[in-house]
Amino acid sequence: MGAGVVGSAIARALAHHPNLRIALLEAQDDIGQGSSKANTAILHTGFDATPGTLEARLVREGAHLLAEYATATGIPVEPVGALLVAWNEDQLAALPRLAEKAERNDCPGTSLIGPEGLYAREPHLGPGALGALHVPGESIICPWTTNLAYATQAVRNGVDLHLNTQVRTVGRHHDHHVLDTSRGPLRTRWLVNAAGLHADTLDRALGHDDFTVTPRRGQLLVFDKFARDLVHHILLPVPTALGKGVLVAPTVYGNVLLGPTAEDLDDKRATLSTAEGLRALRDQGRRILPALLDEEVTAVYAGLRAATEHEDYRITAHPEQAYVTVGGIRSTGLTASLAIAAYVTDLLADSGLDPGPAADLDPVRMPNLGEAFPRPYQRPELIAADPEYGTVVCHCERVTRGEIRDALTATIPPAGLDGLRRRTRARAGRCQGFHCGAAVRKLFEEVPR
Amino acid sequence: MSRVRQVDVLIVGAGPAGLAAAARLATARVPRVEVMDRESQAGGVPRHCAHGGYGTWRHPLTGPEYARLLVGAAERAGAVVRTHVTALDWAGPLALHTVGPGGPETIEARAVVLATGARERPRSARLVPGTRPAGVYTTGELQQAVHLYGQRVGARAVVVGAENVSYAAAATVRAAGAAVVAMVTDLPRPQTTIARAADARLGQGIPLLTDTTVTELLGHGRLSGVRVRHHDGRTAVLPCDTVVFTGDFVPEHELARRGGLTLDTGTRGPVVDGSLHTSRPGVFAVGSVLHAVESAATAAREGAHAAGAVLEALAGAEPPDGVPLLVEPPLRWIAPNRVTPADRGLPYVLRTTVPLNRSLLHVVQDGRTLHRQVLLRALPNRTLTLAARWTHRVDPKGGPVAVQITSR
Repeated sequence: MGAGVVGSAIARALAHHPNLRIALLEAQDDIGQGSSKANTAILHTGFDATPGTLEARLVREGAHLLAEYATATGIPVEPVGALLVAWNEDQLAALPRLAEKAERNDCPGTSLIGPEGLYAREPHLGPGALGALHVPGESIICPWTTNLAYATQAVRNGVDLHLNTQVRTVGRHHDHHVLDTSRGPLRTRWLVNAAGLHADTLDRALGHDDFTVTPRRGQLLVFDKFARDLVHHILLPVPTALGKGVLVAPTVYGNVLLGPTAEDLDDKRATLSTAEGLRALRDQGRRILPALLDEEVTAVYAGLRAATEHEDYRITAHPEQAYVTVGGIRSTGLTASLAIAAYVTDLLADSGLDPGPAADLDPVRMPNLGEAFPRPYQRPELIAADPEYGTVVCHCERVTRGEIRDALTATIPPAGLDGLRRRTRARAGRCQGFHCGAAVRKLFEEVPR
Repeated sequence: MSRVRQVDVLIVGAGPAGLAAAARLATARVPRVEVMDRESQAGGVPRHCAHGGYGTWRHPLTGPEYARLLVGAAERAGAVVRTHVTALDWAGPLALHTVGPGGPETIEARAVVLATGARERPRSARLVPGTRPAGVYTTGELQQAVHLYGQRVGARAVVVGAENVSYAAAATVRAAGAAVVAMVTDLPRPQTTIARAADARLGQGIPLLTDTTVTELLGHGRLSGVRVRHHDGRTAVLPCDTVVFTGDFVPEHELARRGGLTLDTGTRGPVVDGSLHTSRPGVFAVGSVLHAVESAATAAREGAHAAGAVLEALAGAEPPDGVPLLVEPPLRWIAPNRVTPADRGLPYVLRTTVPLNRSLLHVVQDGRTLHRQVLLRALPNRTLTLAARWTHRVDPKGGPVAVQITSR
């Protein structure tokens, strides 16, 4: 249940076992429509995780797994490294402790750098920074391609993806779960709850009272590609008692992110930006990277993290129920996704699921959305073979008609223009559709479905 | 490696400005004049302006008719107009990397004219908070959707803005069979002619909310309404399924900026003098990239005007020196924004941030008044022009020239 980055990763992991019949259920009309689509797009080292927690372990393992997987499938990743910038003496004093913690989290290679080294690395940083901890392993990644790669590979290897399938009630009939869904009943022997923000609701429906999801909203600003030269690393604040604070980070698409806010809410649909939130972000951004504020804002978005009252992930097997809960997967879920999938597969086996023999999956190759790698319009051999890859439709992001056609006829085609944007970046640029919106809509609407 | 090809003049953008420059240059027997445009059709913004108001008083035309006329004139004169070709980046001081269905190409020129146009700031750049539903447009997207692709828009639209382009957007909404729920402007009055504002409000029954800001977009999936706030603090929700953000144009200055051309902080377009030279010798800029919104006629006039300086450059002339031309608040920007004593003929366009009544425009250099002009009335978002008949008084070795406003 749940075709976000975690649910899709689990489905993909289980797809290694041809004897299993697997359904991946998603309430919305596309994969990754919940927390997975709106995060900070960072592949973490887990350097600042609480040592000994499940999260620390799975982030550490997942980071390696995802880095390898990204290379194999063409998910754009840039190992830009992070700088934890200290803006006052307290923060400066906290850095050695963080370096130590990074060591304990198996994140080697961190170093403390003074103000001179810091400004040499980040000349556009606002005045007054006292030093930083350099964490070389932190990377930026494309979250959309990651989720799509998992789900595509799962589907191509036999997983049935059911979109628009909301689970209303969960019952038990003999040794089966019977799900009453918006598209009819579904019977399954084993159930994995990866429902993100709604994982607690489903968990309760199955008789558990283990955790409560309190959606924590993060609003983010995406700045124009012209801002990309202003920042070279992921600029992290030093975590304080008041929270993790906002970061400034490049994106693999060549933009710059500023955010997120952290607002605990009770509405799981409150993915709206607010005037106060945006003002607060701009105020903080102005201090971190003053020149950033002179650049145009390309996009504003808000996502909800599945925060719970617990410090750690809530991944629990209930063998007697043939059920596993994967709850409380917060902002680190993207990084940890492959490790979570492996962990859940093991939990299922330990709980009595006989997965049968394992087989290799057919590899997938994803379209590249990353600016650090050649895009189709930059590949003469591709254009020579198919001129559609030289026909630019979305000018700001240089998305070609060939890429849009490919996305619309892919294994998991987008359900709407937003899904198309996440697969190609069409309409995601600085004009937001002023030039290309109508043309892209035409291409979307004329695809036979 | 991409192919390399030589032309005499390369013009980026086949809108009114670029096409007019091309026609004039080709008529002057420049052998290889090439206009490239990334769109599938040449003609620029007028292509999707289905309304009248183009052409001349004696030969009124709609936008698409005007676009066809300009393309035809450029081609008949001997210019090559290529579409679906995107300029990616500079390959040298006067050379560009391009790509199109035929593959990559490097085009070297003896002069380059940037006519890359402008766009309206979308909702995100205006930082309008709320959800991210479908049904949010700019005028450009709306007009293309309706007039070029025959797409449906929603049933009930709010138009944000009350300037000329906003009224054009309202007309497009109605042409698509939808109703305009209201027009909203944060200014105290509409910024169009009295007749046009009265026709929309009284003739078509479209309420105009002045001193009012859109503070939030509502709705999941599809837009369900916009929240507005009046300056006095009153708020309301206008139920609608479509919202059009109009005006607030910014130049498409990507190439200018990538090329390191000096940009004007007011217009955000390249700095040019009265002959439309940019800061790089051999590179000229014309049309909306200079001042983000003006009529097609102004853009075409600039294209034709720049052709003269391009011809001089091809003949080996050095670009003249000049001094910066600045505006002081409440003026917002002026273009051209550099001045030389030789500048003649091309009027300056400028904008004000507040309505002005019976004011004086002063042009001043180093405390010396160069020109004084009575200004009866000026509104934000409307063209304000300053004739160029004072430029011979400019001291090319002096300080910047400033345009100031004083009330009479």
